[in-house]
Amino acid sequence: MNRIERQFKLLREGRRKGFIPFVTAGDPDLASSLEVCLKLADLGADVIELGVPFSDPMADGPTIQRSSQRALENGVTLPDVLHLAADFRRRSEVPVVLFSYFNPIMRMGCDRFAKSARDAGVDGLLLTDVIDSEAAAISRKLAQNDLDLISLVAPTSTNERLSAIAKNARGFVYAVSRAGVTGTQGRVSDEAKKLVVRMREFTELPIAVGFGISTAEQIRDVWRFADAAVVGSAIVSQIERHPNEAVDAVGQFVRGLLPRFANQGAET
Amino acid sequence: MNHEPNEQGYWGEYGGRFVPETLVAPLDELTTAYFSYRDDPAFQAELSDLLKNYSGRPTPLYFARRLTESLGGARIYLKREDLNHTGAHKINNCLGQILLARRMGKKRIIAETGAGQHGVATATVCALFGLECVVYMGTEDMRRQELNVFRMRLLGAEVRGVDSGSRTLKDAINEALRDWVTNVDTTYYLLGSALGPHPYPLMVRDFQSVIGREAREQIIEHEGRLPDTLVACVGGGSNSIGLFHPFLNDEVRMIGVEAGGRGKEVGDHAARFMNGGSTGVLQGTRSYILQDEHGQIVATHSVSAGLDYASIGPEHADLHDTNRVEYVSSDDVEALAAFKLLSETEGIIPALESSHAVAYAARIAPEMTRDSIMIVNLSGRGDKDVNQVQGLSKMHG
Repeated sequence: MNRIERQFKLLREGRRKGFIPFVTAGDPDLASSLEVCLKLADLGADVIELGVPFSDPMADGPTIQRSSQRALENGVTLPDVLHLAADFRRRSEVPVVLFSYFNPIMRMGCDRFAKSARDAGVDGLLLTDVIDSEAAAISRKLAQNDLDLISLVAPTSTNERLSAIAKNARGFVYAVSRAGVTGTQGRVSDEAKKLVVRMREFTELPIAVGFGISTAEQIRDVWRFADAAVVGSAIVSQIERHPNEAVDAVGQFVRGLLPRFANQGAET
Repeated sequence: MNHEPNEQGYWGEYGGRFVPETLVAPLDELTTAYFSYRDDPAFQAELSDLLKNYSGRPTPLYFARRLTESLGGARIYLKREDLNHTGAHKINNCLGQILLARRMGKKRIIAETGAGQHGVATATVCALFGLECVVYMGTEDMRRQELNVFRMRLLGAEVRGVDSGSRTLKDAINEALRDWVTNVDTTYYLLGSALGPHPYPLMVRDFQSVIGREAREQIIEHEGRLPDTLVACVGGGSNSIGLFHPFLNDEVRMIGVEAGGRGKEVGDHAARFMNGGSTGVLQGTRSYILQDEHGQIVATHSVSAGLDYASIGPEHADLHDTNRVEYVSSDDVEALAAFKLLSETEGIIPALESSHAVAYAARIAPEMTRDSIMIVNLSGRGDKDVNQVQGLSKMHG
């Protein structure tokens, strides 16, 4: 059983729902990213999504675009992100999923990437711009190295597609809450719930909902119908505003998001 | 050999669909719509009528006598795409796609633009059919092509400046994709080059192939035979694939001219088949891209905004690998010299993009025999570039 599976099993047994924070690796710098990830693990993150910076993040809104840009200006590369993951793994058992565009992975080579990621203690990979029909080769390489390729589904996905995606899905399914790019919004759309309900027909895997989730209320909404909530831009925005106190700022923000993190282990 | 991509939109190992899941449904919808109208007589008749009576096709194939004489070699013909309505080949594709968008019931049109020619053509067809139009343009390109920004606004389009990255075509495409992914239900993305996810490279090529079909008939009319050589500039690659495609099964040498910029170092040019270019995935398609060792897209440079782009259409990547088309480059200085040369010898001011093709033609024509025939695609006119060239001339005296 890999770390992702184990974590969701624990959640299920504890009748709890999951919290999945996202941070861009190397923003404001690699050392701070490591400390932020460790803080998130301490606060009870169930999976950590680590963003690989890319020059042309077409699926991201302004917050993550700027964050990615700052990391690139710091010279952060995919090997650096893998080192960061390895450093984190030496100090925490919380599952790590890399969140990336395809080109940096392709440039490294799918085989080399999969081996290096396994060695670094990474548990899965989520590719924003690779759909199932293009995923066969990378998916095979990852599976050979016991890494999960996390599948994305969207409100525009037809049932036919959901069924096809479910067949190859591993780890958990990432449901995009709405048509659009990453970034915060007022409330969780009804579309998100409908999508999760539709996807349940096709998979037993846990379903996480992301895109636009930034408040405690939204997380509670998501937890009513899905297994985990992903918070990305709102955390990245804390780091942007407090680059010198990133750990404290993120810590305070996340504690405010969810009561259960204030008193560890308590049920929600 | 029809040079059709496979069902996933691949020519050899290039093409495909590398997009967020949200865009799969609209791309499927677009593919279905396109294939249902591709051979539909009513659709084709409406398109032909617009190409003829609105855009002024067929465009002439003009024998450039003084240019030919001054170079002293191959007989040079210019395919006058600059004489299209709006001043460039871009309108061919826009008319085709706008008819498709209308049949799909889309009311809001978005587009990206580099030099502004595609933006102007899109704004034009939206005005023609009374549709809402938003054009994304890098702020660096807005500075270089101020006149086209004004033209788009005059035509009723909203021009949204893009301040991210290099502030050029690539960044405008990112922003257009973000808009599309957010507004999929209502919006049609009118992509301007033979780029992006399937079916765009195929669809844009089909709509631009009118260039080559006409040129083929016209050269046989003029000379009684096929040409020896075709030359066209290649940014994303729509004017070149449009000229080349109807000749792919013929024994005709084809040359695509990329932007050599100000030097061979990575970052100084926009030649994807030169130093720094290798296989990768950018903006929905697998092709040759200019990237660093870690897969980040590098900055590009060209005096011409329309060629200043890090990737190239996937069909070109395949034509390159199979050696069917030769890809070369002209640099900024050569392009500016050709801009002057054509103006002075023929009274035709070419777009800076097309000037790259003219420059390469001027380089090889003298080495060719006097009975050989060359067609150069004059993809656009240079009115939009006059201010910029004036500025550059002042700088260099």
